Amino acid sequence: MTALNGSASSSAHHDIARPAGGLKQHYRETIIGWLMASPAIVLIVMFLIVPFVMAFVWSFTNQRLISPNPTEYVGTKNFTDLLTLRTITLHPIKDETTGDLVRDSDGNLTYPKLRDYTRNEEDYPQYFKLKEWKSWTIGDNQIYILAKDPVFMQALQNTITFVVVIAPGQGGLALILALLVNQKLRGINLFRTIFFMPVVVSMVIVALLWRFIYDGQNGLLNSLLHSASFGAFKPVDWLGRKDTAMPALMMMSVWQAVGFHMVIWLSGLQNIPTILYEAASVEGANTWQKFRFVTWPGLRSTAVFILVVITMQAFGLFTQVDVMTRGGPLDSTQSIMYQAVQRGYEKQNIAGGSAISVVFFILVLSVSLTQRFLTREKSR
Amino acid sequence: MSTMNVRWRKWSVTFRYIPLIFFGIIFVFPILFMLVSSLKPDMQLLRDTSSLRAFLPIGDISINNYRDAFDRVPMARFVFNSVLVTTITLGLALLINSMAAFSLALLKWRGQGFVLSIVIATFIIPFETVAVPLLLVVNKLPNIDSTGVSTGWLNTYHVQIIPFIADAFNIFLFYQYFKDLPAEIIEAAEIDGASWFQIYRRVVLPLSGPVFATAAILKFLAMWNQYLWPLMVVQSEEYRPVMVGLQYFFQLDVAWGEIMAYLSTITIPVLIFYLMLQRAFIESIASTGVKG
Repeated sequence: MTALNGSASSSAHHDIARPAGGLKQHYRETIIGWLMASPAIVLIVMFLIVPFVMAFVWSFTNQRLISPNPTEYVGTKNFTDLLTLRTITLHPIKDETTGDLVRDSDGNLTYPKLRDYTRNEEDYPQYFKLKEWKSWTIGDNQIYILAKDPVFMQALQNTITFVVVIAPGQGGLALILALLVNQKLRGINLFRTIFFMPVVVSMVIVALLWRFIYDGQNGLLNSLLHSASFGAFKPVDWLGRKDTAMPALMMMSVWQAVGFHMVIWLSGLQNIPTILYEAASVEGANTWQKFRFVTWPGLRSTAVFILVVITMQAFGLFTQVDVMTRGGPLDSTQSIMYQAVQRGYEKQNIAGGSAISVVFFILVLSVSLTQRFLTREKSR
Repeated sequence: MSTMNVRWRKWSVTFRYIPLIFFGIIFVFPILFMLVSSLKPDMQLLRDTSSLRAFLPIGDISINNYRDAFDRVPMARFVFNSVLVTTITLGLALLINSMAAFSLALLKWRGQGFVLSIVIATFIIPFETVAVPLLLVVNKLPNIDSTGVSTGWLNTYHVQIIPFIADAFNIFLFYQYFKDLPAEIIEAAEIDGASWFQIYRRVVLPLSGPVFATAAILKFLAMWNQYLWPLMVVQSEEYRPVMVGLQYFFQLDVAWGEIMAYLSTITIPVLIFYLMLQRAFIESIASTGVKG
């Protein structure tokens, strides 16, 4: 009996044709399989999938946290509110009779008012209630990009900039650090430990600490730059200026997380067989050639993994913004996730927050599918 | 000739330490600054930032900031709450996620492929996207306590624990590890007539120390550092964890010394834990990347 049972279950394992009694065994395995997996499945469904589906459903409604009116289906309104973009070109005003350009008393060209387009539903329904997001002057013409929700557009742009800078920047620095700590030197383990240390410190704490480092008056960074330049450096309010806030946030994020990816590179480096380096030495390869033709090809799958991981983490930019800048100054550090939480939680606009979550999800999904596609194994 | 060679080699070794020390300073100084500043009165703390004194425990050194910080917040309570929530979640997470992964990796059952693909798909949902809908979900769940049955999980321990037990990434880590266990060992146990639960407990668990360490470390960091969720669901001081306690320091008078003392207090245990187990930490993270 034992023998029969054993042979049945082991063949079930290999999916070979089952002897009599195998079917019963198969059912038992199914029941036990579900039983063992079910606590995790139930929890994931309840606390991840259900909320996610709810967010998806709410993004097509006008749901608010507390509202006297019943929830209504509003179609794709939340999405068009977020994503509507239009460009408009304003030509300088011409004198009707002479055809000359009209200039004001300072000699500057004059333009029709933007409001005339964005507040005139009858003549220009396509521009109605849009707000200025960006503008340029090209030649004599003014070109405006109008958005229904310029704050969200800015958040989208900032998040993408953050990802585009962080993914190669942090990944590259992590590789440099990994190469440094992969040397055979006395005490190298101490450096590994130190480089990884910020990873174990909470982002909330790191962000608070760096708020002090970046402070405009007594900040550590200003003080150090001031003394290092013998007083020539003028203090900068790093987080208070539109042009420095985002780079400051990026620097700090890299500082906190780069050790994590260093360690992953390091394990990739250590998986490259030493014999390849020995062979390269015999062939007379120099350090760069060894890196180019042995190390880098050997790191291929590690590189893909790191790129995907950093990209996904970077898209989720939230804590740094929440603790350090709350999106400011002038929306220069707004991020998609910060906007989602802002609207959904603090402004209690569940539908609006949910729509942002859905946009975010589609964005991240398509980027990660594209990355998978571009980095797929080409040789089969 | 040979002395020159020796000298040159000595120099080149020293040279290789320069970038290491440069980056070492960058990574260590902010943390050092936090620890040192927590011992200084505010006036000196601000004055010292202008020189290297910022990184040295000199001048008027005392633990007054710690005393004041502990006066300002119920520190013991917060630490207790964080430790409680973290340990319970960690224990349950290891059990439930490893069991699910065991079932997915080593058993054969209908619907398995579907469940696995769902688990992997949930990777890319960051917590923040579901935070608000989750708040509404837990607010509707029945709550049973000493006073009877009520609705809503707000202001409890379990609202900080239960949603974080199942963890797709955790399951995936276990899954990859279990998949690579030698099939013969498991088959041998089956032939001996062991049940699946026995195989899990007696055969697989003893072989899985490293992956449990990895999962435990990642989960520990995530739970100890919880911030947004407790901020949303715990208004009552009784159940607050350490991270939320930070809010107490940004009221009218921002006392940097006290903030540094509080930051140090919640970071030092993690740092000690890390320095003791640094090899395990680093190897754990490394192992997450091997397969891609």
